[in-house]
Amino acid sequence: MSLLSLESLEVRYGGVRAVRGVSFDVASGEIVALIGANGAGKSSTLHAIMGVAPIVGGDVRLAGASLRGRRPEDIARSGIALVPEGRRIFAELTVEENLRLGFAARRSRASADALLRSVYALFPVVEEFRGRSAGALSGGQQQQLAIARALVAEPDVLLLDEPSLGLAPTVVDVVFDALAAIRDRGLAVLLVEQRAQRAVALADRAHVLANGELRLTLGPESAADTDTLVAAYFS
Amino acid sequence: MTLALLNIDYQTLADATALGAIYALMAVGIGLVFGVLRLVNFAYGQLVMAGAFALALASQWGWPVWAGIVLCFAAVLVLSALMDRLVFRPLRGHSPAVMLVATFAVAFLLQSIALLWFGALGKIATSLASLNRPVAIGGVEIRKITIVAVVVGVLCLAALTLLLERTTIGLHMRASSLDFQTARMLGVRANRVIGVAVLLSGALAAVVAVMLTVQNPLVTPDFALRDTIIVLAGVVLGGMNRLIPATLGGFSIGFATGLLGGALPTNQSQYIPSFVFGAVILVLLVRPGGLFTRGQAVERV
Repeated sequence: MSLLSLESLEVRYGGVRAVRGVSFDVASGEIVALIGANGAGKSSTLHAIMGVAPIVGGDVRLAGASLRGRRPEDIARSGIALVPEGRRIFAELTVEENLRLGFAARRSRASADALLRSVYALFPVVEEFRGRSAGALSGGQQQQLAIARALVAEPDVLLLDEPSLGLAPTVVDVVFDALAAIRDRGLAVLLVEQRAQRAVALADRAHVLANGELRLTLGPESAADTDTLVAAYFS
Repeated sequence: MTLALLNIDYQTLADATALGAIYALMAVGIGLVFGVLRLVNFAYGQLVMAGAFALALASQWGWPVWAGIVLCFAAVLVLSALMDRLVFRPLRGHSPAVMLVATFAVAFLLQSIALLWFGALGKIATSLASLNRPVAIGGVEIRKITIVAVVVGVLCLAALTLLLERTTIGLHMRASSLDFQTARMLGVRANRVIGVAVLLSGALAAVVAVMLTVQNPLVTPDFALRDTIIVLAGVVLGGMNRLIPATLGGFSIGFATGLLGGALPTNQSQYIPSFVFGAVILVLLVRPGGLFTRGQAVERV
């Protein structure tokens, strides 16, 4: 049963149709990847889900309930967390304050300590530097903090916008391993990625976006098939 | 007992410090709202004016001092909340220029209402006038209000700092003033954060109204107007989007204004704003990001 459903989603910025009639589902315990060239509409799709991009047609549903027209903070509080492009860490706050901001969307009364322990287990480096200013962390550490900050809200759906952008290969491994672990915890994960091959290999399904339209859906077996991937990008 | 060269005595220094404290509170009040709304509220002075009229009415009706202060806070807080609901919230999605012009409109509207209700000659708030009496400290005569203003200013800023640093709503306010959209996508409630910032800003305006009416008991519709313009210059001077630079900017410009007021011959005190704004222009030419900001970072306004 799908948790997050996009139904013929249309996003328009001024005269530009950024997303055109995109439909797909994400269920609990699976990773769905969105891949495609720059400007294909991947980030716009995530922004529309979070309520910060204008939806002009279609709908986004969480467990059947429409999210269209709701405020970003209400969408966050209904159980969707975004790890934004460029991480958007609050550099002037401490690591721990950044994590506490993630509690803003927490719905349960679960103890804060238990939640923090569970994200520290996933990202030990976040615990190690929790007293530091977040701006002093490296890019890879900030990315882990951004994912940890999203997770402490106990979301049902996790959206990630280019989490591997600008990271060293070893750090990319850490991030992708964490995503697999997050899927195993039962979250529905929607991953926007430029590293198509790795995203296709990790995801249960990968949708290829081009020009705002969904062109092709690939399974993990296509990851090694470079010809298909290249053809999908340039179709 | 004089700094002979500048012809400044200790009373002047004390008065300048008190004015600096009051202006620092106004700067923080303006800076709080700017932080979350990226909006310079030009109607801030009219909030102070409304509080001052509340004090004047209370003293005219013979209310006890505490009741006058309660009325002052109630009037300013209600007016702040109305301003948020009726003006800021509906216009929040619009360009900063639209919101700025709207606060001008609110400022003139409130001033006109005061003119209609209370007349151009204004009213006199006398209930706290006893604070103008001096006390002798180490042979120097200092007015009580000078000490009260500095103490209240420090207490208010300390309480605000605790709120911002130690509470969840404070954390949400700090995050919102750094990156509002990201904060909202994390679940921070925009309306609550803005509402709290507007009310805190209003509470500071009420405190300022009490202090200023002691120093200047004649409350007219343009009460605090000149102070607001000078403080706005101070906020720009210090650096707009951080509270500590804004506080320092407000304090410096209040202190400088107080010193000039003491140093210039009485018949030339009308030139004080010219001196102050001349200094602001000079500072901005050298440090466009503000006097008390690190580096040259001028953030989006």
